[in-house]
Amino acid sequence: MTTGKPSTDWYRSRFETWEKTLNGSSATALHSIRRAALARFDELGFPTTRHEEWRFTNTAPIASAAFLPVLSYDGSGVSRADMESFLFAGLKASHLVFINGHFSREWSSVSRLPRGVRVESIATALTQDHDGVLKHLTRHARFDDNAFTALNTAFVQDGAFVSLPDNTELDEPLHLVFIAAGNGTPFVQSPRNLVITGKNCRLSIVETFHSVRVATCLTNVVSEVVAGENSVIEHDKLQIESAGAYHIGTAHISQGAGSNVVSNAITFGGAIVRNTMNVVLEGEGAECTLNGLSVGGGKQLIDNHTTIDHAKPRCSSHELYKSVLDGASRGVFNGKIIVRKDAQKTDAKQTNRTLLLSDDATIDTKPQLEIFADDVKCTHGATVGQLEEEQVFYLRSRGIPLDTARDILTFAFASDVVNRVHVQPLQEQLDALLHARLRQGRVAEEG
Amino acid sequence: MLEIKNLHASVNGNEILNGVNLTVKAGEIHAIMGPNGSGKSTLAGVLAGREVYAVTQGDVLYRGKNLLEMAPEERAREGIFLAFQYPVEIPGVTNTYFLKAALNSIRKHRGLEEYDAVEFLALVKEKLKLVDIDQSLLNRPVNEGFSGGEKKRNEIFQMAVLDPALAILDETDSGLDIDALRIVADGVNRLRSKENAIIVVTHYQRLLNYIVPDFVHVLLDGRIAKSGGKELALALEEKGYDWIKDEVENPPVHF
Repeated sequence: MTTGKPSTDWYRSRFETWEKTLNGSSATALHSIRRAALARFDELGFPTTRHEEWRFTNTAPIASAAFLPVLSYDGSGVSRADMESFLFAGLKASHLVFINGHFSREWSSVSRLPRGVRVESIATALTQDHDGVLKHLTRHARFDDNAFTALNTAFVQDGAFVSLPDNTELDEPLHLVFIAAGNGTPFVQSPRNLVITGKNCRLSIVETFHSVRVATCLTNVVSEVVAGENSVIEHDKLQIESAGAYHIGTAHISQGAGSNVVSNAITFGGAIVRNTMNVVLEGEGAECTLNGLSVGGGKQLIDNHTTIDHAKPRCSSHELYKSVLDGASRGVFNGKIIVRKDAQKTDAKQTNRTLLLSDDATIDTKPQLEIFADDVKCTHGATVGQLEEEQVFYLRSRGIPLDTARDILTFAFASDVVNRVHVQPLQEQLDALLHARLRQGRVAEEG
Repeated sequence: MLEIKNLHASVNGNEILNGVNLTVKAGEIHAIMGPNGSGKSTLAGVLAGREVYAVTQGDVLYRGKNLLEMAPEERAREGIFLAFQYPVEIPGVTNTYFLKAALNSIRKHRGLEEYDAVEFLALVKEKLKLVDIDQSLLNRPVNEGFSGGEKKRNEIFQMAVLDPALAILDETDSGLDIDALRIVADGVNRLRSKENAIIVVTHYQRLLNYIVPDFVHVLLDGRIAKSGGKELALALEEKGYDWIKDEVENPPVHF
């Protein structure tokens, strides 16, 4: 075995080649951050299962592949028919489309927005206000201890930039569409999103991840969300990439006093999917709700890691993560809750429920509570099992066939999470997708 | 309609039913009484097709067909209905959705047109009156958060919608106050006809004041120890079950 790390070497050499083409823009503050991130990525290397945060998720298939970073926009791999299936009918939303991580001007559409609201690509935002954007970009999702965030930051170029001034309410949701478009070589896309709201704002953001004609690719996305005082944000994420896609999604949410953030993370596709949600409740009385649904079949691995950091008093957090696993699929749920010394009157509740539909499907579930305050309420619970026989029998005893009974109960278990999505057209779409994914009480094989 | 012959059934190797014989004809109401552990609920469960029970001996003919070979859903489609002692909560599935799926599955089996939403709602509204249930219950998940009385009324409501030929009420009176008991019994009585039959499984006589049986059977140690008319239920109420035990253990000697 040779020493050194061929996987990080590959990305370093790609970086160096790219850097030579940048000319003047390699002198920017952003590029210094990229360099620092690359250096850190090189030091960290891809995580192995010896790393506590990656104990259950072996990233070797990602580390051993040579994914080519996509460094510029090419929209030729996406047809109009593809696009139409990605934009939800009935969702009257401004949408920003990204193809392989780069903003697609041709497919995006932003409706008239209130004064001072910015909804644009990160690349555009950077050219207009480089230093202003960098006050937040890369500041919240830290790359010093996360190799994938470091890799994303090393190649950061584009993504969605959303900024709301104080007292702004957006009635329509914003839809961010991320498409991995196959081009014959394994590639990595590294979109980077930044959402900042002022005080008293209201915003719904839907992120959807799709793929077209992808044999294999890596989506390595990082989102940073800053919720201002008393702001209310719903953040929905749907991942329906193909069975050849690897997906590492990291979101970092900072919440101001009295803010309320709801996140619904729904994962249907992908070979290995890791969703990392880090929430810091930085202001008093902030509230966050993290819901997740994973529906896995075949050999999929779907890993949800959440960290909720109760930094200030009187904050509450609610977590509900559910998985439906069939075939030889695997699920991971790791829910860490930190309650800092000053965070008295914390109210945290965490629930993880898993339905295993086959003997070979497995789940690793781990609550992690680190509590340093004394006047707090923290509860957690996990259940793993099959459908309840008594429920199945009840349905059958009324004339409903066994397959249908299993189908109804499995769907009910999963739709519990879908029903928590408030963006109506998305919820309807999710319902239809869930019906297609669950047939006769089984998880349909990936097409 | 139903012929049970020498039925033996066990759970995990423990024999619970020990040679039950019973014949039920259309238009009849039979009460099965007996102390706790005598096998009443096992008998109801075996008839509905609960898989935990292993039938080790005997036959059950339902309308001339071998009932024991049928899956639970087939039995339901052939007209058998079990009102559960402990109705099951099904979160995430509304009463309407559940009942429409059940009814249409039964109708399809009988070669009838499936009901659309409008026809179904019309039927359901009609049947709700029978058991004095509020319409809002239709859109709630099946039995979730229902009171004990609501659950039992929901069972009878389902029975009314599915219109079974043979209904088996398993301790439907347990946990009901007198008002709820009366409502449930009224509902059952209105569903009585010459074409259908009802088996009422109960520990107490009081339900039989409202649903008056044609026959009363006492189940003891997995076997019908005594049968009689409705007056037998009154005797049991008064004297308990011990005298029947004595009778079985020390049968009167005839010369």
